[in-house]
Amino acid sequence: MRVVIAEDHALLRDGLTRLLEAFDFDVVATVDDGPSLLPALLANKPDVAVVDVRLPPTFTDEGLQGAIAARTQVPGLPILVLSQHVEPLYARELLSDRRGGVGYLLKDRVSNVAQFVDAVHQVAGGGTVMDPEVVARLLDRSRPLDVLTVREREVLGEMAAGRSNAAIATRLFVTEKAVSKHINNIFSKLGLPPSDDDNRRVLAVLAYLNA
Amino acid sequence: METRDWVREGLRATAGGVLAIALSITNIPLFVLFVLALVLTPVLGLGLVLLPLVTALVRARADLSRRLAAGFGVPIARPYRPRPEQARLGGWRRYRWIITDPATWRDFGWLLPGAVIGLVLGVLSLALPLYGVEGIVLLPLWIWLATDSYGYGAIWPIESVGDAFLSLPQGALILGIGLAAAPYLRRVDALFAHLLLGPTRNAELRLRVTQLTVTRADTVDAQAAELRRIERDLHDGAQARLVSLGMTIGLAEEMVDRDPDKARELLAEAREASSTALVELRHLVRGIHPPVLAERGLDGAVRALALNLRIPTNVESDVTGRLETPVESAAYFAVAEALTNATVHSGATFAYVTLHRDGDVLRMEVGDDGQGGADPGRGTGLRGIQRRLAAFDGTMALSSPPGGPTIVTMELPCVLSSPRTMLSSGTD
Repeated sequence: MRVVIAEDHALLRDGLTRLLEAFDFDVVATVDDGPSLLPALLANKPDVAVVDVRLPPTFTDEGLQGAIAARTQVPGLPILVLSQHVEPLYARELLSDRRGGVGYLLKDRVSNVAQFVDAVHQVAGGGTVMDPEVVARLLDRSRPLDVLTVREREVLGEMAAGRSNAAIATRLFVTEKAVSKHINNIFSKLGLPPSDDDNRRVLAVLAYLNA
Repeated sequence: METRDWVREGLRATAGGVLAIALSITNIPLFVLFVLALVLTPVLGLGLVLLPLVTALVRARADLSRRLAAGFGVPIARPYRPRPEQARLGGWRRYRWIITDPATWRDFGWLLPGAVIGLVLGVLSLALPLYGVEGIVLLPLWIWLATDSYGYGAIWPIESVGDAFLSLPQGALILGIGLAAAPYLRRVDALFAHLLLGPTRNAELRLRVTQLTVTRADTVDAQAAELRRIERDLHDGAQARLVSLGMTIGLAEEMVDRDPDKARELLAEAREASSTALVELRHLVRGIHPPVLAERGLDGAVRALALNLRIPTNVESDVTGRLETPVESAAYFAVAEALTNATVHSGATFAYVTLHRDGDVLRMEVGDDGQGGADPGRGTGLRGIQRRLAAFDGTMALSSPPGGPTIVTMELPCVLSSPRTMLSSGTD
């Protein structure tokens, strides 16, 4: 699987490269600043890109902007965004094109290698992976997704974190069948049109972020 | 529309003239009392008590004139020195504070000329319109009487009905002139008051120095406290965790050959510890300068903040581009603090923020639908906002009646009053 990495910190860039190569990814390009990100993504059309939010020269959110710009030109280009801090605001912007293949994780998560590699695979496969901290902050709010039951909100949170039905079932100690029933309820309560499964999941998460 | 505004202004100025006449009359007893208090100072030290009291009256009177002048477009700042601590009434310290303040003597010097000018201009601004009204209203009377005993305006005496009719246009003209002139007369009065009741350049600078000294001390204190907090957090948090992390990894290294399972367990533990250290560092960084503020500026950072709150919060903003970093930071933390108050203390179900840039002034408003009753005297939050903004000559006003709603209004100059000087002259 072909990967592009954008990270300005040499230590972290080499670390990520080494880590992904150890799991049979093919790192086709690495970039260390904002301006070279978009050309690298467009030229290589990788199966997945791992991008740091903050890059030179402005050290603001060039990575995020680059990722969004690339996805406008190549719709659905799978990108996993890493950052030292997570903001629901950024998550919303990443998801706003309503396509899957997006991930948004704290850099810390890299240290749990198995989970991180799993997240990269999910994003490459068109899934959506949100950092547990984004999800936790959203769950913490009292604002309404009132139409949903407590259980349904839990399931939605797990979905936002990018988990499959089977994984959600294990975590919540219910059957997979029960999970898909909850998910169908969520889709119908949020008024999401029938379409392919991944896309509906993204829309549900987006509804969650906008609530 | 034009005419109505003009008439309204004229009437307002005429009313101001009447007020000025009434106020001017009070200057005379005040003048007498002041002289008396001065004269009585050697006699039994009566002046020690009397002068502060009379001065308080004089200052209250001068304040009225300042407010009146401000109403006609001439704002006059209060020039008095702040009262020293422990300056009890009847004490020497209080007396000296009064007699050494040049503003006391400028007030005194103003009392009589101010009264004369106030009276003359007041009477003038009243008399012209009144005479005009007389010309208009008394016209029917002339028609009936048509005697040679009285006249009006340019016609003296009125000898015929025709002459009498001429008083009408004359009256209207004089009324018009009177109303048009009244605002200018008020302005002249206000400018004269400004001459003596305003602070001298010297006093202005002194007031500014006093204010800067206070805000600088506050800022330095706050900054020192902040640095101490950061030092402690790093010392007890991340630093300690990194030390323990090193030990755990070292231990795991020792164990790799002898007890691989135990080594793996230790490494997992080390990874956990590194995560916790990162969480702590992230919190610390957010408190120093939130990354989203660095990345998105005030507008984006406040929006991001609103998304994190427990209650729905609406953000409206026309602040585009980036402000100076210190201003941006002060504005952000002030809004954040106000929002924290809204969500934590007030029991609100909804909050809003508006950010509006008005030339060089940034206006911020934070409101909620909570139970109100917020008091800046209690709790450090609102005081903290005030202090933070004061360092930039910013202000905060709070409206929080019992039962709500609570509205915090903040203003902050966007341009630093003292632009940093360039260190390098560019010659190297």
